[in-house]
Amino acid sequence: MVEWTAEERAAIQGVFNKLDYESVGRESLTRCLVVYPWTRRYFGGFGNLFNAEAIMANPKVAAHGIVVLQGLEKALKNMDDIKNTYASLSEFHSVKLQVDPVNFQLLSDCLTVVIATRLRTEFTPDVQAAWQKFLAVVVSALSRQYH
Amino acid sequence: MLPVAEEIGSEALLRMFTTFPKTKTYFSHLDISARSEHLRCHGKKIVEALAEGARNISTLTTTLAPLSRFHAYQLRIHPTNFKLFNHCIIVTLACHMGDNFTPVAHAAIDKFLSAFSAVLAEKFR
Repeated sequence: MVEWTAEERAAIQGVFNKLDYESVGRESLTRCLVVYPWTRRYFGGFGNLFNAEAIMANPKVAAHGIVVLQGLEKALKNMDDIKNTYASLSEFHSVKLQVDPVNFQLLSDCLTVVIATRLRTEFTPDVQAAWQKFLAVVVSALSRQYH
Repeated sequence: MLPVAEEIGSEALLRMFTTFPKTKTYFSHLDISARSEHLRCHGKKIVEALAEGARNISTLTTTLAPLSRFHAYQLRIHPTNFKLFNHCIIVTLACHMGDNFTPVAHAAIDKFLSAFSAVLAEKFR
């Protein structure tokens, strides 16, 4: 089981308190599709994803960004058992969506970068470390149900 | 970027050591605590090398040949660590630049750092 210190819990909750799901969700997914263009393969039904401008203006990308952050909130609310909380989500990503788990890390990194642009000096090395530990647990849980 | 090379470089290193503690294993010979002389000096060296690569972006393999040999035969850092450091450079830039670190700028820097790391790892075997 993952052990969280009081400082880590506070840091992670602190980041969430400052998150505007709509803005951060949209921009994280946008960055993922722009910086790692091969991830567009999973969003065939989203319409125009041909260039950065199109992606940034795409309403389906914006809507899906919120869905991702709402999913992340579930992990925050169940920090002591993320593995089981995400069991069905993991199966969904593997069986239905067929996403290569390597991409979870890419989106996770983009989310971290967006948070850095918003929080600036408040995103200290210690806060970053706690936040990335949280995301690493999330990514691992999402990757578990692949067979 | 050069005047802040020391600031960006040392912060990126500190972020990497804090988030990925295993990376500290390559620096047992230096004092890598926050704001130490070694950390600032080393951070500056790395960013200056990146800037040199950017100035000669079409000839990365030739420009970085000595650094490439150094990383392969002397430092022998496992190449997965380059990705971890690149990520921390990007986070540092994001913290300093805020919204000015646009998705397009992010993509360009990520691509450059990947290419740079690939050259550094070229001679490993």
